Amino acid sequence: MSKPAIQVVDVTKIYAGAKVLDAIGLDVVEGQTLVILGGSGSGKSTLLRLMIGNIPYDSGDIVAWGRSLHVFTPAEMDDYRRSIGVLFQSGALFNSMSVADNVALPLREHTDLPEPTIAIMVKIKLELVGLRQHADKMPAELSGGMKKRAGLARAIALDPKVLFYDEPSAGLDPVTSAQIDQLIIDLNRKLGVTSVVVTHEMDSAFRIADRMVLLDRGKFVACGSPQEMRDSTDPLVRQFVHGLTEGPLTDRRMAGGYEVDLLGGGV
Amino acid sequence: MTFLLRPITTLGARAAALLEFLGGMGYLLADTFVSIPRGLLARRGRRLAWRNLWAQMVRVGVRSIPIVMLVLFCIGSILALQMAPVLKEYGATQQTANIISIAVFREMGPLVSAIVLTGFAGASIAAEIGTMVVSEEIEALEAEAISPVRFLVLPRVLGTTIMMTCVAVVGDLTGVLGGLVVADFFLGISPTQYVHRTFEAAQVHDFVTGLIKAGVFGMLISTMACLLGLRVTGGAQGVGVATTRTVVLTIVALIIVDLMFTAMFYYYGW
Repeated sequence: MSKPAIQVVDVTKIYAGAKVLDAIGLDVVEGQTLVILGGSGSGKSTLLRLMIGNIPYDSGDIVAWGRSLHVFTPAEMDDYRRSIGVLFQSGALFNSMSVADNVALPLREHTDLPEPTIAIMVKIKLELVGLRQHADKMPAELSGGMKKRAGLARAIALDPKVLFYDEPSAGLDPVTSAQIDQLIIDLNRKLGVTSVVVTHEMDSAFRIADRMVLLDRGKFVACGSPQEMRDSTDPLVRQFVHGLTEGPLTDRRMAGGYEVDLLGGGV
Repeated sequence: MTFLLRPITTLGARAAALLEFLGGMGYLLADTFVSIPRGLLARRGRRLAWRNLWAQMVRVGVRSIPIVMLVLFCIGSILALQMAPVLKEYGATQQTANIISIAVFREMGPLVSAIVLTGFAGASIAAEIGTMVVSEEIEALEAEAISPVRFLVLPRVLGTTIMMTCVAVVGDLTGVLGGLVVADFFLGISPTQYVHRTFEAAQVHDFVTGLIKAGVFGMLISTMACLLGLRVTGGAQGVGVATTRTVVLTIVALIIVDLMFTAMFYYYGW
């Protein structure tokens, strides 16, 4: 079995006194695509932000290639960040720059490459995501799917070892969503990039995942291959994975004292 | 007891928030200065950094010059018209140029230019950075191992500080010109006399102390705008709140800092 690139060990994150993540543990295995599943407020995006080092964790540890993020110096954190790529939910393109300049930014900032070489590399990355013809456009001129693809081109500009995707299919039509999924698969299979994908879109998750983790209200629920998750007998996993209307998730929502709230305790 | 404790608690909370804000500004400014070598002198990314700095200087300074000129021309004219009757009473109409030059160089030029720049540049910096926070651009910069302070704050603080000083020079000259026009048309003081009086009254240190203030004002405007922009929460509404707070808080801070400077200059006789 391949060794883990990133290990999350009993990580807890507290926001304003509330545990957003409670002792989460998982391994991101090299060369695989790990999909982190969970509903809104499950803590999956927070977990991603902890793994990319954008926010600190309160206890536990995140270990990248054998070294704890906790003990990284600022320079080591920069080295770590240069070895990963992140596609944010909105694409997070810099609106004041063209698509080409967005992709070129990490190359200009972190390499000594001359401009003609950077221009060639930008074209290669944009071709990979099918946006070479749109290099000179500004982000405001792009559709949602194109923004995500441009964000992906920027994320792979420095040839990262691990790529993190935050809700890559959110808000996209089924065809564009499938295109993004295919890009994730291609980058993983052709370039050997390890991927961590945060999503709640099950079709997309089953298409791209080698392994899946399900979180619920900041707690670890289950982990396994797509087939194992499909065949799970755990009621919560079954409801989430199959999108069932009845199960522990909906029971919990309905047990919120609605009548009391509505009628002011008069029932 | 609660009614007695509440005002004290509120006051304490306000004081703590103020100290926290001032500390945040101090940290941001220190981070900005520390990032100068990597931001402007290091080989990697230097070209982009200078291009960013130039863009900010054009945006903050060059574009605000016509408005500053218009406002200070009017201020110079108003000062002349307001003072003329009083000076006439004492037969000292000729002193108009002296008073205007001191008032504009030492006080009105830097302060009024700074207030115009607060509305012009401070608000737009806060709105721009706030929008970048909301659209995850700041997080994206951090994820790309690019310091937002070096990449965004440094060119804005440096650009505003440099251009505020330049704009104040333009403002000073326009303010004096406003007084000159009024003096010529309404008070019977010839332009030659006015200029002569101005040079006679205003010393180099009057002009320089004004420019020192202008530089500090520029740093204050941009640092406050960047800090409030970086602290935006709550989406588009948060951006609006940060923009308004930037304008209001910066104008208040400018007046307070101006008072401190004036008191210091008075104490040392500058």
